[in-house]
Amino acid sequence: MRARAWVRRLVRFVVSLAVLVVASFAMIHLIPGDPVRASLGPAAPIELVQARTAALGLDRPLPEQLVTYVTHVLSGDFGTSFLTGEPVGEVILTRLPNTLTLALLATAAALLVAVPLGMWAAVRTENGRRRGTELAFSATTGTAVAVPEFLYAIALVAAFAIGLGWFPPAGRAGPITYVLPVAALAAGPAAMIARISRVETLRELGKDYVRLARAKRLPGARLHLRHVLPNTLTATLTVGGLLLTSLIAGGVLVEYVFAWPGLGMKIVESITQKDYPVAQGVILVYGAIVLVVNLAVDLVLGALDPTSEIRERT
Amino acid sequence: MTQSGRPGPRVKSVRWSAPAVAGAVIVGLMAVLAVVGPMVWGAAADRIDAAAILQGASSEHPLGTDNLGRDLLARVLVAGRYSLLLALAATLIGAFAGVVLGTLPSVLPARGARLVTGTVNALVAFPGLLLAMFTAVVAGLGARGAVLGIGAAIAPGFARLTQTLAATVAGSDYVAAARMLGVPRRRILTRHVLPNIAEPLILNLAQSLGGALLGLAGMSFLGLGVQPPDFDWGRLLFDGFPRIYVTPEVALGPAAAIALAGIGFNLLGDALARAAARTPAVRRPPAAPPGEAAGEPDAGAVLEVEDLTVTFPGGATPVRGLSLSVAPGEIVGLVGESGSGKSLTAAAIGGLVPYPGTVGYARLRLAGQDVATMTGKELGTALAMVFQDPLAALNPALKVGGQLAEVAVVHEGTGRAEARRRAVARLGQVHLPDPEARSRQHPHELSGGMRQRAVIAMGLMGTPRLIVADEPTTALDVTVQRQILRLLREVVDGSGAAGLFISHDIAVVGELCDRVVVMYAGRVVEELPADRLAEGAAHPYTRALIASLPDLDTDRSRPLAGIPGVQPAPAQVGPGCAFAPRCALASERCSAERPELVAHGPAQRVACWEVS
Repeated sequence: MRARAWVRRLVRFVVSLAVLVVASFAMIHLIPGDPVRASLGPAAPIELVQARTAALGLDRPLPEQLVTYVTHVLSGDFGTSFLTGEPVGEVILTRLPNTLTLALLATAAALLVAVPLGMWAAVRTENGRRRGTELAFSATTGTAVAVPEFLYAIALVAAFAIGLGWFPPAGRAGPITYVLPVAALAAGPAAMIARISRVETLRELGKDYVRLARAKRLPGARLHLRHVLPNTLTATLTVGGLLLTSLIAGGVLVEYVFAWPGLGMKIVESITQKDYPVAQGVILVYGAIVLVVNLAVDLVLGALDPTSEIRERT
Repeated sequence: MTQSGRPGPRVKSVRWSAPAVAGAVIVGLMAVLAVVGPMVWGAAADRIDAAAILQGASSEHPLGTDNLGRDLLARVLVAGRYSLLLALAATLIGAFAGVVLGTLPSVLPARGARLVTGTVNALVAFPGLLLAMFTAVVAGLGARGAVLGIGAAIAPGFARLTQTLAATVAGSDYVAAARMLGVPRRRILTRHVLPNIAEPLILNLAQSLGGALLGLAGMSFLGLGVQPPDFDWGRLLFDGFPRIYVTPEVALGPAAAIALAGIGFNLLGDALARAAARTPAVRRPPAAPPGEAAGEPDAGAVLEVEDLTVTFPGGATPVRGLSLSVAPGEIVGLVGESGSGKSLTAAAIGGLVPYPGTVGYARLRLAGQDVATMTGKELGTALAMVFQDPLAALNPALKVGGQLAEVAVVHEGTGRAEARRRAVARLGQVHLPDPEARSRQHPHELSGGMRQRAVIAMGLMGTPRLIVADEPTTALDVTVQRQILRLLREVVDGSGAAGLFISHDIAVVGELCDRVVVMYAGRVVEELPADRLAEGAAHPYTRALIASLPDLDTDRSRPLAGIPGVQPAPAQVGPGCAFAPRCALASERCSAERPELVAHGPAQRVACWEVS
């Protein structure tokens, strides 16, 4: 039963990936008018446009183009940049690690701060105790959630890079340059996870197994960390996983603020400059990352939560 | 626990809590700004001043000027309308597309429906900004591409919501009833389905608006959204950002505006969602009665309770003046309807009364020791508790064996291997088949009866002096109930512990227990040996409980005998006997004066004016 659920999930992943590839292929063809003309500008000679069109294979029949595109993508060939002539695959390979490190560090930072914070708030405010703490917690996190990451980024740059001069305002060179981008990226998700962690913890604290554990007179640390925490993690990690994908998107804005040499910076440049092969390749990679992350979240949850087997069935 | 609910006058106070008010005020101000902003500051925002190009803050221009010398404060105030309108447009586009997508599956043939559902599910997990970038490539840079993109990003959420809502409503009883009555399909849709899904959809609309505003601001900030000469807050930030090294204040205006709008919409959306999610609370008033019961604790008793009172703020007193004692090897049954205070009594004995309840007593001793002076280790090993639902009482994330073993590990410092061995032995002791293998399984892999055995085994890990079982068989099959009752008896006999068995079912109590204590509205009304239940019960309430039991002789074609009326809420108990309003024997004295618990034959005590 379990094996079948996993196979189903994998099939869904492969289908989504196929749809994504077709969508990224279709992107160039959905652009009204001639994308090559649009990118080269109205002043470009017609011969150049025709030569570029032929080089890109855009003059071939659509089905043939699709087949070529898919075989190329599968072999790691994402085409070449209109502007620089660089292979898009290479651009992605050099920039992807910078983007992923940022996203993973931010996720880790958010979880490490938020889960304990949420649990602490839940234990402090259980059964309507300490209404003041509860109000302060929900007001603070509610506000923090609502501020978009690029404003955090700008505020951090203004305060800590320009104002205090503690950190470099932009670029990537050494561990210290990671601090501000990671903080900017993690702040919103951390507030969100803290809220969820608190609600989940409160829910668990009300359950019978906690009453029984209390009747067993387990010490607080053991009760909260060993009994309650694992049961809150499923929901917290689900949301954490979903946030990871939004964090990848938010990374685009943060990279832009910090001139971070990642994929996000590249996609903004390529769209502004109408460098369609680059935009196409980078969007495809972003989409694939999202799909992989979602798959990973599901698989991790399946392994973590022993009852998910039941849930699949019913 | 039947009445752990706090007596709450706090339901209403949340509705307009400070954050909700703040959100409403901010959103209101934004709306006003959108209307009047361009009228008041429109001219100032467009006034080009070649003498004041790229200035920082000054008294004339509090937020500085842009590259044409235009006043930035005025431009921020004017940009509100455009920013909000674009967000509104994106939200409406997304909502419309989403509702259409969401209703498609109910119209299309099965295969098409699955395709749409699959697509929606795949898109929901997709970050909006990526979708927006996709449309920005296709539709070209500018407000149109960004609005379409953000709209496209909002649509899947609406589609999923519409789909689930419509499915829920379509499967509900009232729609089924309407169908049976022959109401035409279209009328079902307009009269039943749409009105019931409209509210959550509108709520989602309000919440999406804030998200759309931030998304559009982000796109404009990247230079992918609004293009000059138009400007929204994101575009102003795009222009101001490169200048923050020299004059940070020029980025302040648009940044503050975006942040404020985001916060306002989020706070308001939260408050709206919370208000909508609040189903009418089923308020279960804790029962509470007056008086203190008699009963001197026996000398050799394991559990001695005297004058136990549980109070909640607001004066609700679900247990008052309760006295009780249980001897070693004896099982005492505590019977009563829900709300009689029996479960809270058990919680008070275990020290588990939930905040904000408070417990008071003249004497509460376990094995001769005041419970308040006992350490966690002593209580944790001397007291075993068994709850109603064994699945809920076991931690779903931990293996059964580990949950048993930890009692020994934590309280006795036993090594892991030794503790595990003991856990397996205890599981065997409660007749769990193949205890070795079962101990390595998670609770959900066990049957209901096995789980309850595991919980009982957990109580045996220490050296239990008292086993408190709170409705331990209510959630189980009838055949399993019997086995568990037998096991409880066996465990009490074997360990010499005292048993306190709490149940609403007087038949089960009569079968298992040595002595029965009947509670009504928080106090003991009768106490008698279990074997005298059938013949010797004196209190009208006890007799009514027994009379309400169906047995083999009961004529099943006739309605079961019940007790007319309901148990009074704590505040409604008058000075007299709490049962008087429902009692056939009640006299004037009963409602005026409360009867004490007095001896009534050997080993029996009754609190009733009419029978004692």
